[in-house]
Amino acid sequence: MKVVKIDKSQWSQGLTKSRESYQLYGPVETDGFHSFKALAADQQPDMACVNTRLSPKAILFPQSEAIVEYSLDSNDADHHVQKSTPIDENPRAIVGIRPCDAKSVRLLNLNFDNAEYQDPYWVKVLAATTFIGLACDDPRSTCFCTSVGCGPYNEEGLDILLVDQEEAYLAKILTEKGEALVKTAGWDATADATEVFDTGKQAAEAKIVSTVSTDKLKNQDILSLHSAPFWEDVGFACLNCGTCTYTCPTCWCFDLQDEVRGKSGKRFKNWDSCMFPLFTLHTTGHNPRGTKMQRVRQRFMHKLKYFVDKYDHGIMCVGCGRCVNQCPVNIDIRAICEIMNAYEGENQEATARV
Amino acid sequence: MLEYIDEIKKQSEKLLKEGSVEMVIGFRKGSLPMMNEPCFARTPEDVNQFVWDSNCGINLANYLTNRTEKIGIIAKGCDSRNIVTHIIENKISRDQLVIIGVPCQGMIDKHKITAMFTQEIQSVVEDGDKIVVTAGDKETPLDKSDVLQKNCLVCTHRNPVVHDVLVADPVAEPQDVDRYADVREIEAMTSQEKWDYFESLLSACIRCYACKNACPLCYCPTCFVDESKPQWVGKGQDPTDVRTFHFLRAFHCAGRCTDCGACERACPVGINMRVFTKKLEKDSFEQFGWETGLSLDERPPLDSFRPDDSDEFIR
Repeated sequence: MKVVKIDKSQWSQGLTKSRESYQLYGPVETDGFHSFKALAADQQPDMACVNTRLSPKAILFPQSEAIVEYSLDSNDADHHVQKSTPIDENPRAIVGIRPCDAKSVRLLNLNFDNAEYQDPYWVKVLAATTFIGLACDDPRSTCFCTSVGCGPYNEEGLDILLVDQEEAYLAKILTEKGEALVKTAGWDATADATEVFDTGKQAAEAKIVSTVSTDKLKNQDILSLHSAPFWEDVGFACLNCGTCTYTCPTCWCFDLQDEVRGKSGKRFKNWDSCMFPLFTLHTTGHNPRGTKMQRVRQRFMHKLKYFVDKYDHGIMCVGCGRCVNQCPVNIDIRAICEIMNAYEGENQEATARV
Repeated sequence: MLEYIDEIKKQSEKLLKEGSVEMVIGFRKGSLPMMNEPCFARTPEDVNQFVWDSNCGINLANYLTNRTEKIGIIAKGCDSRNIVTHIIENKISRDQLVIIGVPCQGMIDKHKITAMFTQEIQSVVEDGDKIVVTAGDKETPLDKSDVLQKNCLVCTHRNPVVHDVLVADPVAEPQDVDRYADVREIEAMTSQEKWDYFESLLSACIRCYACKNACPLCYCPTCFVDESKPQWVGKGQDPTDVRTFHFLRAFHCAGRCTDCGACERACPVGINMRVFTKKLEKDSFEQFGWETGLSLDERPPLDSFRPDDSDEFIR
């Protein structure tokens, strides 16, 4: 595996060069908190940021994105014809993405690009994106990535993994895309640094103090979990706001909305949330998830059971801790995961013993 | 304020033991510093999970809406005023409730404290008027009065206005508080300045609706933002739609808001949307002499009508 040493004095210079070929994205601080933004020509990514308030998923899956446009003006030659909104396929690179967020892109990909469906707005942008990760040497107390098949040096979903060495970054080149970016940036000082990555990984993993147990989820009986008595208690505080789902890097649900102004219209793909009553409201007026408890249960059953069963890819969570930190009423997915994992309901004594 | 908990537990246990309520609503200790989780106790043993400290800023009246059982509820000043509003607006009846009143000494502002430290906060320990924050390897003592939620700083109804028991002697209500300095600053702006200010204020909004959902007033069966027949407001990130949501929500709270601060506390991106409701609260006070939720016997000015009203247009 090739490793390149990027002296910090060469860092911003290399980024400047790469801007000629890539639109760069990175964590920046605005209004008192960090988020991933398209970087202006003179803007540097804030590499000290551990966890942005919102995940970088919006770079590939914007909160609100026009996907179809049409004219309702019969004077227009192509009126009433739905046309795809052009997709920006120019190369882009996300600088300073953390390994958990990079892994989340792989999980999102299970939904947006699979044998059954390929969402062009996702697929094309993903193909155009290079992921420059930064290993987490100083994780937060609410990070539990190592419990969910990820880790502070996890390489899944990344093209380059950077390790901060005070004076320099060591960049492990993981893919051809990564190779191309390093070349564009002019970073070419190779280094033999396998050991740095190994010891760094061990040290960083030792700093992850938060864990969840997921080992029994797969064998839990779905209906038994669904009808378990603990939902009223764990969901009581929930406000049914969208904070958890909107800050989550792995929540992929969206809604389609047509917006017409005058005689031209657009169809938008907007983030949606299973916490909202409208999410499941039928046109008849019936709502199959009409109560708060049902919606809370859906969120956790989807992430911690249905996803596990359907994809065999672990839980739908990368352990970033955003929902834990930002839930206004402190509903903590770690606690609920433990409850679901340990549950021994009436109908499942047989499976629990397996 | 920490010492209230013994009496809170005692009173809650008593209600559950004697069977006068089916549940008591309170707080349990959160998994993070400066966070507690609203919860309920159904058995006398359950009350052991209850806590009380300066992190109980969520308004518990929010959890009463349309409930049918008999309920005990822990209520600080603002909660009690929203309970009054709930009773007046028929969202719960007075005889369903046993209100365990808590004289409040203010809740601390987790957004403000978090922003004061560059390192992650490991613990926040409260001791009387002091708050000790441990971030990184360093302990920093703070005066609680410097880190109160903004609404608590201007609160003049710390004691519950309605209660069945009080867990401690009433606290002194602050006098000579200038409650509307921030609103006056905005009122003094030109139209363009106001527009720019609101635009910047709302630019971070992700429309998660934590503000409206944390608000005890926002109990409409279907919120106007969720209406689809007809659809009143777009659901994307168009600034017009974001503003429409915030402005309309604020107007729905006119004459009903108690300035409990739950909206700001809940916001994940730190928007101070309280300035909208506070302007309307100020207008209600100045134009109608109205302070919300102080009496069960008086209807709010905007949902009452008098044949002898001084304004001709409404007669």
